[in-house]
Amino acid sequence: MEIFLQQIVNGLAIGSIYALVAIGYTMVYGVMKLINFAHGDLVALAAYVGLTVLMQAFGMHLSNLWAVILMFTVTAMFISLFGIILERLAYRPLRKAPRLSAVVSALGASLAIENGIMLIWGPNIKVFPSNIFPSTRWHISGVVINSTQIAILLLSIILMIALYIFINRTKIGTAIRASAIDQDAAKLMGINVNGIIIAIFALGSFLGSIGGLFIGIYYRELYFQMGWIYGLNAFIAAIIGGIGNIPGAMLGGMLLGIFNVLIAGYVSNTWSEALTFALLIIILIIKPTGILGERVAEKV
Amino acid sequence: METILQITDLEVSYGSVVALKDITFNVKSGEIVVLVGANGAGKTTTLRAISGLVKPKKGEIIFEGKRIDHLHPHKIVRLGISHAPEGRRIFGTLTVYENLMLGAYTQKQIDKNTLEWIYNLFPRLKERSKQLAGTLSGGEQQMLAVGRALMSKPKLLLLDEPSLGLSPALTKIIFDTVKQIRNSGVTILMVEQNAKAALKFANRGYVLEVGKIVLSGTSEELLSSQKVVEAYLGRK
Ligand SMILES: Nc1ncnc2c1ncn2[C@@H]1O[C@H](COP(=O)(O)OP(=O)(O)O)[C@@H](O)[C@H]1O
Ligand SMILES: [Mg+2]
Repeated sequence: MEIFLQQIVNGLAIGSIYALVAIGYTMVYGVMKLINFAHGDLVALAAYVGLTVLMQAFGMHLSNLWAVILMFTVTAMFISLFGIILERLAYRPLRKAPRLSAVVSALGASLAIENGIMLIWGPNIKVFPSNIFPSTRWHISGVVINSTQIAILLLSIILMIALYIFINRTKIGTAIRASAIDQDAAKLMGINVNGIIIAIFALGSFLGSIGGLFIGIYYRELYFQMGWIYGLNAFIAAIIGGIGNIPGAMLGGMLLGIFNVLIAGYVSNTWSEALTFALLIIILIIKPTGILGERVAEKV
Repeated sequence: METILQITDLEVSYGSVVALKDITFNVKSGEIVVLVGANGAGKTTTLRAISGLVKPKKGEIIFEGKRIDHLHPHKIVRLGISHAPEGRRIFGTLTVYENLMLGAYTQKQIDKNTLEWIYNLFPRLKERSKQLAGTLSGGEQQMLAVGRALMSKPKLLLLDEPSLGLSPALTKIIFDTVKQIRNSGVTILMVEQNAKAALKFANRGYVLEVGKIVLSGTSEELLSSQKVVEAYLGRK
């Protein structure tokens, strides 16, 4: 039982990372019906940029706390801007083109970012320092939680609640939901749908960048193709939760995180990916739209 | 009366399909003008061109003396044109209230009087304000589409087949409301397949046939024209 609870705690930490990244896929898909394959690479880029900022900050003899704060702010701002530029260059010119063109463009952008990372930081593994958060651990009835896990969980939950309130309670949030339902009708309300698309790319990239930094802090090893693996998991999480649905992405991320950890703990690490796909297929057979997804008529 | 909308030599194509060719007409302030024509004649396309959802290939659309045919739809709404589109296009997974708030998206803040006025026009919307719009009946959805379009306080309201799929009783309610909306000072350009009923309370009408205006006149003229009655209005 204690081992099981321990796995749940570990799973929630990983799951909240997946959730943060999955939200980016789901928001872009919700409004544009486009899978932004470059999103995972943006997450990887965030980890690399974060590491560089952190090293610079340490070089300036900043305290741990200030270095981490600097890493989060600079990286989040940079990656949000990067997401906006990505949309402008890779997707907006193809807004009216057949869907396959946008898919090809997405794959191209993904490869470009991956290669860019390799050129700048090299093909070898980079390692995050281990002492970013204090090494404090808490023992709660046999379950061990470390400060990194607490930080990841807390910050993720705060961000997700903030996003939920923003989407459901504000004027711009309502405009985002309206644009996801019917773009032409949204335009007739006076909504600048181009502006909404810029906002969701910025927002999705922002949350993805936090996810990327957490990946660096938690797993510590960075390699230039890492965006694919984390991106794929987060994308699957988004589908499990119901792609296009923001609470679905959060739920899917958490479920997948716990599932991955349980498989690694009770079955074996080698089967983890195959079983992830098995889980995906089973969920899609039971509910083709994902857990929280609604069936929407395909727009012509 | 002052011309609020002037359309001159408008041409619109969808790819190689020419939907409108050399359309010229106007709407004067305070009028109700009806566009009449068979399916596929180009009525919806005309309204979509005015609200900016399709860009004309040629021609001019002038609203209150300002050329608007190159503007984005969201800018056109701000100038005072609101469009309740064909098929209602309400946001089904949002609540009735959220739909109305989106109608007021261009307003700095919600005007309580406008909301009260719309709730008075359609008391149903007030009763159902917390309900998801997709769960409303067809008639209620149409009321929401019209109410939502009014939330931006338009000078010109475009209505595309507001009576489509409604019972005669509901059609009458919608038409009565259209008159009330006009009486409150909003100019109306509407498309109606229920042309006879619409012409009875409209000021003028234009008849479209495969992308061209083939007839125009006051409602009385059109209602008494043998040709129009036979082709579009059905026999008595
Ligand atoms: N999105 C579209 N793509 C291609 N052709 C269209 C499209 N919308 C309308 N059309 C064509 O344009 C013409 C006018 O259509 P429309 O304006 O919808 O007519 P109406 O509203 O009078 O029934 C028709 O021939 C129709 O087939
Ligand atoms: Mg039509």
